[in-house]
Amino acid sequence: MFAAPTLNLWVITPLIILTVWAIILMFIDLFIPAGKKQWTGWLTLVGLIPALALTLMQWGQTGGAFIAEGGQPMVVVDNFATFLNTLYLLTGILAVFISVSYIRDAGLERGEYYFLMLFSIVGMMLMGMANDLILIFLALELLSIPLYILSGFDTGSDTSEESALKYFLLGAFSSAFFLFGIALTYGATGTTSLPVILDTISLDDPLALAALGMLLVGFAFKVGAVPFHMWTPDVYEGAPTSVVAFMSIGAKVAGFAALMRVLGQGFPMWGELWQPAIVVISALTMIVGNFAAVRQQNIKRMLAYSGIANAGYILIGVAASATDPEAISASLYYMLAYLFTNIGAFAVVIAVEKLDGQKGLLVEDYKGLAKRHLLLSLALAYFMFSLVGIPLTGGFTAKFYVFGAGVTAGLYWLVVIGAITSVVSAFYYLRPVLYAFMYEGPAVARVSRGLMFVLVVAVFATLVFGIFPGPWYELASQATFGNVATFVAGG
Amino acid sequence: MIPLSWYLIVSALLFSIGLFGLLARRNAVAMLMAVELMLNAVNINLVAFWRYQTPEAPAGLAWAVFVLTIAAAEAAVGLALIISVYRRRDSVIAEELDTLKF
Repeated sequence: MFAAPTLNLWVITPLIILTVWAIILMFIDLFIPAGKKQWTGWLTLVGLIPALALTLMQWGQTGGAFIAEGGQPMVVVDNFATFLNTLYLLTGILAVFISVSYIRDAGLERGEYYFLMLFSIVGMMLMGMANDLILIFLALELLSIPLYILSGFDTGSDTSEESALKYFLLGAFSSAFFLFGIALTYGATGTTSLPVILDTISLDDPLALAALGMLLVGFAFKVGAVPFHMWTPDVYEGAPTSVVAFMSIGAKVAGFAALMRVLGQGFPMWGELWQPAIVVISALTMIVGNFAAVRQQNIKRMLAYSGIANAGYILIGVAASATDPEAISASLYYMLAYLFTNIGAFAVVIAVEKLDGQKGLLVEDYKGLAKRHLLLSLALAYFMFSLVGIPLTGGFTAKFYVFGAGVTAGLYWLVVIGAITSVVSAFYYLRPVLYAFMYEGPAVARVSRGLMFVLVVAVFATLVFGIFPGPWYELASQATFGNVATFVAGG
Repeated sequence: MIPLSWYLIVSALLFSIGLFGLLARRNAVAMLMAVELMLNAVNINLVAFWRYQTPEAPAGLAWAVFVLTIAAAEAAVGLALIISVYRRRDSVIAEELDTLKF
C-alpha cells in the first residue's frame, strides 16, 4: 500500500550527527565522575563542530529528504535553512563556552545540561528545514521541551523552577494554538505540506483564514512578540543565565525561521492579508518592549524586554517580505548581528553575576565596574552601543538594513516607530554603562577563560559586522528559499 | 452519517473549554489538564478531517498519533516541574508563584 519514500539522508546529516552524539554523550556522561562534568561540556563540541562543518558544506545546495511517491519532501535544505543552521550551531558552541564555568560555579554541574542543549539545537535546526506543518510542530516541541527543563535546571532556587513552570504552561498553551492552526489548515487543504498548501488553498475559505490566525498566534508566542510576550521577562529572570543566553537567541531565531518559511512558502499569495497583522504586531512589540525595559532594575529582565523589542525590529523585515520576498535577508542579517551582540551582553552579565543567591543582577550592581575591570566595562559599553544601534557596531548596520527594507516596502510609519523606539532604548541600555564608568561602587567580576573567549569573539564579530557589513549582507541575501522543483529532484 | 461539522463543533467547544480552563483555573495541575484538553480537541479535528476528506491517505491519523506522543512527553515534563514546585512550596496555586514579577 505504501511505497517507501526517497530518503536523501545527506540533507539531514548534521541533525543525525547531533542526535547520535547527544545519545552517545548520555552514556559517556555516566562514566565521567561528578566534579569533572566540564568534560561533558567540552565533548559536546565534538558533535557541534563537525555538524557546523557539514552545514557550511551544504551552503549553496538545495535538496529534500523523505519524499513520498509523487509528493513533497518533509525536510528541505536550502540556503535559508543553511544560513540559520549556522546561526544555531554558532550559538550552541558559544553557549558551551559560557556554560562550562557558569554551571560549575553555580553548583549546577550535571551532564544532562549539555545533551539537553544538543537536542534543543536539533529542534531549532529542524524548525528552519521543515517543509511540512506537522514537522514544524514536532521541531517546535523538540526545541521547547529541553528548554523547559533547562530553565528549571537550578533546582536549588525558587525562581528557576517557577520560571520553568511558567514557561512550560505558556509554551504548551501556544503549542496547542499552533496545532489547532495546523489541524484547520489540514481541513482546508487536505494536506500540511507547505508547497501543496500553496497550490490548493483558496482565499475565501474561512477555515484557512482561522488557520492562518492560529498559526500566527503560536509563532508570536515563540518569538516573544506583543501581545504574547508575557512569559519572556519571567523566564529570563528566573532561568540560569547561561540558559537564557542560549535560548534568547536560539529559540527566537528558530521561531522566526519557521514563521518566515510558513508565510513565505505556504501563504505568500496572502501577503496583503498577513502583512497588516505583522505590521501591527511589530509596532506593538517595539513600543511595549522598549518602554517596559526602561523601568527594569534587574539586568536580565531588562535584556528580556530588549529581546522583545528586537523581535519587533526583525518583524519589520518579515512584514516587508509580503511585498518583496528579498526583504527577509534584512531580517536574517539582523539575527546574525544580534546573535553576537546578545551573547556578548549575556557574557558580561554572567561575569558580574555573583552566584551565591542571585546577586549582582541589578543595574546598580554595575557601579564602579570600570575601576577594576576596564576591558570588561568597555566590552559591556560596546555591546550596549550595538543594541542601541550606534554606528560602527553590528547593531547599527542590522537596523540600517531592516529599516531600509521597511522603507522599500513602503512601511514608512513602521520605520518611524522603529527609529523613535531605538532612541528610547538608549535610556535603558546605557544605564549599566553609565553606572560602570561614572559611579563609585564595589562591583567585581570574574572572567573565566571560556567567558573571555566568548567576549573576544563577540566583540570582534560585532566590530566586523559594524565596519564591513557588505559581504555578510550579501550572504544573507543569498539565503533564500529553494525552488520547490529542485527539492524533489534532489539537487 | 453524522456530518463533519458536528465533530468540528465538538472540537471547537473542547478547545474553548481548555482555553477557559487554562486562563481561569489557578491550580497548575488543572492548567495542565486544560492544555491536554486543547491538544485532544486538535486530535478530534485531525481524525475527523482525515475520515471525511482524505480517507485514502492516512496522514491525519498518523499525525494524531504524533500529537498524542508529544502530549505525553509534555505532560511528563510538566508534572515533574509541578512536583518539584510542590515539594519546595507546598503549593501549586499559580498566584502563589509570584517570586518573579515587575
